[in-house]
Amino acid sequence: MTVAVIQFGGSNCDRDTVQALESLGVDAELVWHEDGLPEATDGIVLPGGFSYGDYLRAGAMAARSPILDDVRERASEGTPVLGVCNGAQIGCEASLTPGAFTMNRSARFQCEHVHLRVENADTPWTEQYDRGDVLEFPIAHGEGRFEIADDQLDRLETEDRVLFRYCTPEGEVTDDANPNGSKGNVAGITGEGDHVAVMMPHPERCSLPDLGGTDGRGVLDTFADV
Amino acid sequence: MTDYTATVTVRLKAGVLDPEAETTQRALERLGFDLSDLRSADQFEMDLTADDEAAARDRVTEMTERLLANPTLHDYEVSIEAQ
Repeated sequence: MTVAVIQFGGSNCDRDTVQALESLGVDAELVWHEDGLPEATDGIVLPGGFSYGDYLRAGAMAARSPILDDVRERASEGTPVLGVCNGAQIGCEASLTPGAFTMNRSARFQCEHVHLRVENADTPWTEQYDRGDVLEFPIAHGEGRFEIADDQLDRLETEDRVLFRYCTPEGEVTDDANPNGSKGNVAGITGEGDHVAVMMPHPERCSLPDLGGTDGRGVLDTFADV
Repeated sequence: MTDYTATVTVRLKAGVLDPEAETTQRALERLGFDLSDLRSADQFEMDLTADDEAAARDRVTEMTERLLANPTLHDYEVSIEAQ
């Protein structure tokens, strides 16, 4: 299993992601976006950061770079794809997943720990958790508010494509526990197939025990199974 | 072929929260101004050459739909003027 962690100018969670994956025994390599995907790519991560300076909208430029055509093609063939933070913004901008991540309700960059409730434990990304589990993840974003048309959110919920919702430490999904104003407290979703997922919280920042928490390992461990 | 200048205005759809506009409105109110609402929008101007206005509009509309606006968040308007 070789996971390609795609670097754009301004990516800054790329090395963390490789390190976290390697700690799980997953072979991972950094791939500069202009170099295209290696033939032997069994998984893809779009990491966090500020690709292209977040010009126009966060993720807008990276989503239209040629490597995203390759990512879409691999995704259509069943290769697992995970977008985290800026990677989640790119994923939505590239239509790998519906909706958009836009400016936080606070209009500020927020760097803090949040709680997430597992909404669907029957996906590759969440199978190591149980539905209703409460996890602690870091967030670090200025544009993490999930926006989507009401009918599309209904569809996501009907199809059980919400992975995580922001919640209280006790697992209650409340407005106070919503750090950025995301619609439905949504923190992560899957694409048309559940092998494609995007999420604003950072699993790679809570996967190494030395960093204080390991709740994110379950998400990244997906790549160990493929 | 004619030279045109296109103006594209991209604004948030009605009902989509605009925290930057809200913050700006609050700042104006702190300065003592009275206003009931404030909305922000991005405006792009581009110069281009096309066979006619319809062709220019088609090209600018496609550019807007493929990059400048995000259909989840935005509505947009395109206006075209011959130079």
